[in-house]
Amino acid sequence: MLDVRDLSAWIGGSHILQGVTFGVEGTGVTALLGRNGVGKTSTLRAILGELPATGSVTVDGEPVLGRPTHRLVRAGLGYVPEDRCVFAGLSVAENLRLACRVPDPDYDTVYSLFPELRTRARQRAGTLSGGQQQMVAIGRLLLNPNRLLLIDEPTKGLAPKVVAEVTAVLAQVAQRVPILLVEQNLAVVRRLAGTAVVLAAGRVAWQGEAADLLGDADRTRSLLGVGSTGLGRGAASDAPSQSSRRGDH
Amino acid sequence: MGTVVLLALTGLGLGALYFLIASGLSLVFGLADVLNFAHGLFLSVGAYATWWAGGRLSGPWGFPVAVLFGVACGAAVGGLVELVLIRPLYRRPTEQVLVTVGLSLAGVALLQAGWGADPRRYPSPQWTQKVTRVLGADVPNDRLLLIGVAVVVLAGLLAFLRFTRYGLVIRAGVENRAMVSALGIDVRRAFTLVFAIGGALAGLAGALGGVYFGSVSPGQGASLLIFAFIVVVIGGMGSVTGSAYAAVAVGLLQQFVNYYGTAGAGDICVVALLAVVLLVRPAGIAGRAAT
Ligand SMILES: Nc1ncnc2c1ncn2[C@@H]1O[C@H](COP(=O)(O)OP(=O)(O)OP(=O)(O)O)[C@@H](O)[C@H]1O
Ligand SMILES: [Mg+2]
Repeated sequence: MLDVRDLSAWIGGSHILQGVTFGVEGTGVTALLGRNGVGKTSTLRAILGELPATGSVTVDGEPVLGRPTHRLVRAGLGYVPEDRCVFAGLSVAENLRLACRVPDPDYDTVYSLFPELRTRARQRAGTLSGGQQQMVAIGRLLLNPNRLLLIDEPTKGLAPKVVAEVTAVLAQVAQRVPILLVEQNLAVVRRLAGTAVVLAAGRVAWQGEAADLLGDADRTRSLLGVGSTGLGRGAASDAPSQSSRRGDH
Repeated sequence: MGTVVLLALTGLGLGALYFLIASGLSLVFGLADVLNFAHGLFLSVGAYATWWAGGRLSGPWGFPVAVLFGVACGAAVGGLVELVLIRPLYRRPTEQVLVTVGLSLAGVALLQAGWGADPRRYPSPQWTQKVTRVLGADVPNDRLLLIGVAVVVLAGLLAFLRFTRYGLVIRAGVENRAMVSALGIDVRRAFTLVFAIGGALAGLAGALGGVYFGSVSPGQGASLLIFAFIVVVIGGMGSVTGSAYAAVAVGLLQQFVNYYGTAGAGDICVVALLAVVLLVRPAGIAGRAAT
């Protein structure tokens, strides 16, 4: 449904994206991976028109590159940026109200997933914990119907228990809307993603089934710079044995 | 006692004038990041439009209608300036400053060409020339008028920011404009609105400033703008309540120091206050928040 072709972008004179090409299926979660600073966030921002870029990006065949951000979002591309960007000076209720762009926003879904957003409606969003802010950021998305969600590191800086909660919510959401997910926590990727796209040196270095990537410790290490220990914390226990078997060849 | 009351209310009247100019300037800067040197022109447009209409209307409603006309002209010029001159130049701050400075110079020249460089007598209604006895002091009514209008405007602006959809967009946009767009909102429409509001308030300041000073002249806007900028910086960019506190502080300080010290010392004290605030709280009294 999302088709990115030869996407190229410069930031301050350096060529960050040098022809990124990949696609996102109409269902499930596609993980966008890569080492720190490789350009994952920049890719999302380029798709959304926040970063000037060349190449071609289409959503269901419609070209989107060069259209203003607010139009794309109205057309159904929901975005949660890396640092969440809730409005600190606005209350939780105001943050949600601001995000409503349809006459009948789906508060029921939002409040059933995150009951706390109802009880904390009047609290200033700046005083929420990181996890609660992430609930606001995801809640903002779910108020409106979307065709595709672009979510940048939703579990960054969250406690393990909150990571599990956010992951569970995203798994539910992904049953209805496809998600392009940037995520460093490979256990979360393993749980959610069907497909993975790995960026390196401004290009797509690998893409395929997420399980094929994460099941192969050498590949994971060389592409993402983390070893099989990086898979720990709740990752499936067959990962080390599988990788050692492959290492024997 | 009488002197102190008179000085305080005169200072508050001046502060009210500063607030009317500064609140719009502050919202424009906070939301759109535009340092609008043409804001003084909006004030002059309001003042001259009111003067022009006031000379043609009579009866008890003549002057209020003239003020409304001045406010409308200020709003129209503010909105137009954003649409025509500022909009093509977003993300180009140097060009913006040049355009707004150029516009304000051209505006002063145009006003001079049209109505001469000399001050024109202002068609203030009779009752604004009289005094009211407040706590033993004979206070000119024009000061009370300014204070009353500023309080109403403050309450109205805060209600607008708090309870309307556009107010919500403006408050959010002052905090993080890019994120407002990322929620599917065309934040530039709010820019035009904020320019128009700023223009309307500056026009109102011009209309009532004419009453306060007794005359209108082409350079009035520019000289008031300097203090309005100081008020904006002290109050915090984008903050309406910050502007209100700062305007009161600047107006009172100026009046009292000018009266008890030598004339002109008040202006120096205002600059000193600015320096102190910048040292202690670089983001201004309110920080960056449109409240
Ligand atoms: N505003 C900017 N000015 C200068 N350089 C920038 C800017 N934004 C991003 N970069 C650079 O562009 C590169 C890509 O950044 P980007 O944020 O897309 O990486 P990322 O893959 O999302 O990294 P992370 O995993 O740390 O979030 C980095 O090297 C970064 O330093
Ligand atoms: Mg990033």
